[in-house]
Amino acid sequence: MKLHEFDSKKIFAQYGVPVPKGKIAKTPKEAGEIAKKLGGAVVVKAQVLVGGRGKAGGVKVVKTAKQAQDAAKQILGMDIKGLPVRKVLIDPAIGIASEIYLGITNDRAARQPVMIASAAGGVDIEEVAATNPEKIIRVHVNPLLGLQDYNIRDLAVGIELDRNHWAAFHTICKGLWEAYKNSDATLAEINPLVITKDNELLAIDGKMLIDDNAIFRQPKLAKLRDMDEETPAETQARKSGLTYIQLDGEIGCMVNGAGLAMATMDIIKLFGGEPANFLDIGGGANAEKVAAALRIILQDKNVKAVLFNIFGGITRGDEVAKGILAALKTIKTDVPMVVRLAGTNAAEGRALLADANMITAETLAEAAQKAVQAAKGR
Amino acid sequence: MGILADKNTRVVVQGITGNEGLFHSQRMLEYGTQVVGGVRPGKGGEWVLDGKVPVFDSVKVAVDATGADCSMIIVPLAAAADAMLEAADAGVRLIVCLTEGIPLQDMMRVRAYLDSKGVLLIGPNCPGLLTPGQTKIGFIPGDNAIPGNIGVVSRSGTLTYEVLYALKQVGMGSSTTVGIGGDPVKGLNFIDILQMFEEDPLTDKVVMIGEIGGSDEEKAAEYISKHMTKPVVGFIAGRAAPPGKRMGHAGAIVEGSAGGAEDKIAALTKAGVRVADYPEQIPDMLK
Repeated sequence: MKLHEFDSKKIFAQYGVPVPKGKIAKTPKEAGEIAKKLGGAVVVKAQVLVGGRGKAGGVKVVKTAKQAQDAAKQILGMDIKGLPVRKVLIDPAIGIASEIYLGITNDRAARQPVMIASAAGGVDIEEVAATNPEKIIRVHVNPLLGLQDYNIRDLAVGIELDRNHWAAFHTICKGLWEAYKNSDATLAEINPLVITKDNELLAIDGKMLIDDNAIFRQPKLAKLRDMDEETPAETQARKSGLTYIQLDGEIGCMVNGAGLAMATMDIIKLFGGEPANFLDIGGGANAEKVAAALRIILQDKNVKAVLFNIFGGITRGDEVAKGILAALKTIKTDVPMVVRLAGTNAAEGRALLADANMITAETLAEAAQKAVQAAKGR
Repeated sequence: MGILADKNTRVVVQGITGNEGLFHSQRMLEYGTQVVGGVRPGKGGEWVLDGKVPVFDSVKVAVDATGADCSMIIVPLAAAADAMLEAADAGVRLIVCLTEGIPLQDMMRVRAYLDSKGVLLIGPNCPGLLTPGQTKIGFIPGDNAIPGNIGVVSRSGTLTYEVLYALKQVGMGSSTTVGIGGDPVKGLNFIDILQMFEEDPLTDKVVMIGEIGGSDEEKAAEYISKHMTKPVVGFIAGRAAPPGKRMGHAGAIVEGSAGGAEDKIAALTKAGVRVADYPEQIPDMLK
């Protein structure tokens, strides 16, 4: 789950990281009032969960409250990479001397958190990694011990930070680590951490990703979820305990197991079709869950055929068949459906579906080919 | 014997009194697995599964009483990290954790601790392991597989069943099948299992099922090209997956330029692995 800039910075501030004293506005009028209170030049920043806001015109520096109101009006009407801008952050404009990157993420391969710093801050860190890899300093953190003081010194020395800033940098690194750890983050990033013209360190942009597996024990963070991050169908699926990701193809898929669901999308593509979604009904899904899944798939008007690929282990073929039949009683549809059932209780499932006017297949390859054909016939 | 477990492996099940715990322990007993005990704090002294399996309050007590060398964990996710640490301290050799949804930072701490103790972990978020004809620890459907000379290692549960089933259709069987799980931080990884298969006299060929996310397949490719003499057939799921989206498994996500399927397929191909377009092609490619 992604957190907005203003939520991330608020969390960082709770752990002692200095951030600008800005506020959120939902209307141009609010933006003007905040700018007036702050006084002087401000920066108006679109709050959307995608990168590249600046390039898209979603960040503007202005000199007066009136200009802030106008800028907010413009930005609040924007769509950035398909996401509507519903809020803007009004921060005081800062005189910047230099920009640092500071972040913590998980190094999967090392199975440890890694803290990353670079003197080339303010730009996409992946770009720096590609063009100037020597400018990126990485320090692994032992997950049992946590961030140590020498870890921080290694970073400060690595980026050739002026010694006058070491104490402030230490506080910020400690704070960022605590924010990362206590929020169950998979990423906690300050980019840029600026050295101001007044020679102070300040986190002027922040980003956090929260581990979806840990949301259950982070009730405060769970409330910060931005529903724009997922489509309404995806939200509905999540609430039904299904993993659903909408794509733009024409063949809807219902599969048990994440790996098999991916393989099903792949094989549809291999035989000339395009998958309309990823959908994992999970292990041991019952009829009710299957019906909910089918409703979600058929809401997508691009869907011209549906492919069911169920390999029964804990999931039982007859339960899936009952779910399909139950869903079809409540949804009127003429979308052709291809069913492949294998494994536990597959024969019973196939018998239940025998009268349902569905196309059946024995193998995954056969099922995919039939689904592609059925979709093309429409 | 299999690379990790055989008919003599003695298993305690942490979480045996839950619905899932009872159901899968029953299946394991039917398969021939030595389920010698279960653990459920607060229910020590009871017996489950028609009085065949004693329940203990802690893994330590269970191990002392039964001589178990393996623990299978099927507990609610909030208890899973604690369960793994407890099993490690109780002195088992191997932990198989089936529980899905464990927070990543917990897994980093657990894995670091288990490494310090020298305890092997399979999973979490995995279907476990199967040594056909001898033992199954987890929920890989036993009737889909026959004993044979093919080692199978996979990040995906259902794709594992799919492969075993396809092999069985043509009379091919598996020496050991290991579902290593779909989480980004886990226990034994491709490289560890590949090394075991390379050294295992009962394994002649290997099937490796990977998916998008991380770089474990690339690392495996490097290992294969340097150290493996046995032929490997591979499959990578997720070529049609969009970047930036988590495809069901916590670890299955293309992040920035890393973790894409095409890179993995290229690395494996370069290492001499034949990579299938879809799982049903695998039996033919092994012939």
